Amino acid sequence: MLLKRVVITGMGAISPFGRGVESLMAGLLEARSGVVQVPALAEIVGMRTRVAALATGVDPMEIPRKHRRSMSNMSVYATLACQDAARMAGVGEAELGSGRLGVSIGSTTGSPQTMQEFFRDFNSDNSLERMKSTLFFHIMNHSCASNVAQVLGVTGRILAPAAACSTSCQAVGYAAEMIATGRQDLMLCGGADEFHPLTSGTFDIMNAASKAFNDSPSCTPRPFDRDRDGIVCGEGSGILLLEALDCALARGADILCEVTGFATNSDPGSIANPNAASLANCMRQALDDAGLQPEDVDYLNAHATATEQGDIAECEAIGQIFGPETPVSSLKGHLGHAMAASGTLELAACVEMIRRELLIPTLNLEHVDPRCSGVSHVQGIVKRPVETILKNNFALGGVNSSIILRRYK
Amino acid sequence: MTDQQIVEQINRSLAEEFEFDIEEMTPETTLFQDMGLDSLDVVDLVIVLETAFGMKIREEEAIRKIVTLGDIHNFVIAKKRQTENA
Repeated sequence: MLLKRVVITGMGAISPFGRGVESLMAGLLEARSGVVQVPALAEIVGMRTRVAALATGVDPMEIPRKHRRSMSNMSVYATLACQDAARMAGVGEAELGSGRLGVSIGSTTGSPQTMQEFFRDFNSDNSLERMKSTLFFHIMNHSCASNVAQVLGVTGRILAPAAACSTSCQAVGYAAEMIATGRQDLMLCGGADEFHPLTSGTFDIMNAASKAFNDSPSCTPRPFDRDRDGIVCGEGSGILLLEALDCALARGADILCEVTGFATNSDPGSIANPNAASLANCMRQALDDAGLQPEDVDYLNAHATATEQGDIAECEAIGQIFGPETPVSSLKGHLGHAMAASGTLELAACVEMIRRELLIPTLNLEHVDPRCSGVSHVQGIVKRPVETILKNNFALGGVNSSIILRRYK
Repeated sequence: MTDQQIVEQINRSLAEEFEFDIEEMTPETTLFQDMGLDSLDVVDLVIVLETAFGMKIREEEAIRKIVTLGDIHNFVIAKKRQTENA
């Protein structure tokens, strides 16, 4: 249970639909796909997937070289999204440098691109003599969080959770708990990741990456669909500015939404395969944290990446708790799977679904897999009041996470 | 390489690495104050010069005394000539 009320007053997004939450929502509401062919993947021996959801609308040169030199793409995405979130919330230098504002931003790994470049050079002659002074700042696990803090002048706490696909859901949850216990008043939180063939390859070798739609990229991924064939990897950043309600009211900030529940748990049954009972436990814990019953939830935003194991287990878990009535959709059909960024990109969209009073459907869901049929799938935009949303993210490594958002009243 | 070619190569390499306007680079330009470099940049500056001219200079004492772009020009020219005459 959150001891103090925690609200969202700012959001930022770097997605395949461009920069900003407005661009994100435009893509989602227009049922566009952010997935494109990536010809470079075809040149990699053993890589069968040829598609990805790449971030657009980003100009790294906006960031001064002095800061940019310590950044790979993931930190660029996180920084621009944080600047937008702070601007939306009306948070400036006074709050950023107050020590009462912290950063909770994670990524799956440090920059895979920088690591590749370093080892390619290093392995050529076993020499460190060409190693740049800023290399470490690209590859350290807290690269995004630290770079954001450097650019924005943040003097509060720094947290850089890393739990692959659960990263940003955890980043938000842990940030909410920090605010709820009075340790910080505001937190810039979320996740970022940059596309690299290593990510696609990781899923490809597990037979979990989409490869049947290489010539029709907008048709994949297909969460819950009988013809789905796996994940499409993506990139970007989603950032939420969380704030103690009393702080937001004192500043006169526009309050976008409230975070009322969070849970995360470990599934020691398998490092790779999700388990419905463990997923269900995580959702139940989030409901308990928010003091809610399943019938209080108006919509469930699923993790659903379009893998066989994940979609079926999640539907089973959702069905166990919520039954066949609660509307469910996944935004991976539009956005692909932005890994550490996926949770907060999707949470930003959930905030907008509450504000705009509508539900966004699962793109590419045409024929529901019978094994995913125990829940109510959203297959077209539904206009209706939405008060409370539960959002899931489940990660390789057996890390589950759920967040509950509620309209601020 | 002539001295002028060396100077132009240095300026091109540093302009590319540190995003300087090459038109604003003069021998009197100071590295820290005018160009805004710091201790991290100096590490990379040495790598840029070593790569551009195929020489090892990291341990050179003279590097620590460099203040202006002109000092770099003179240092590299002297080092090149020293190498050629060795």
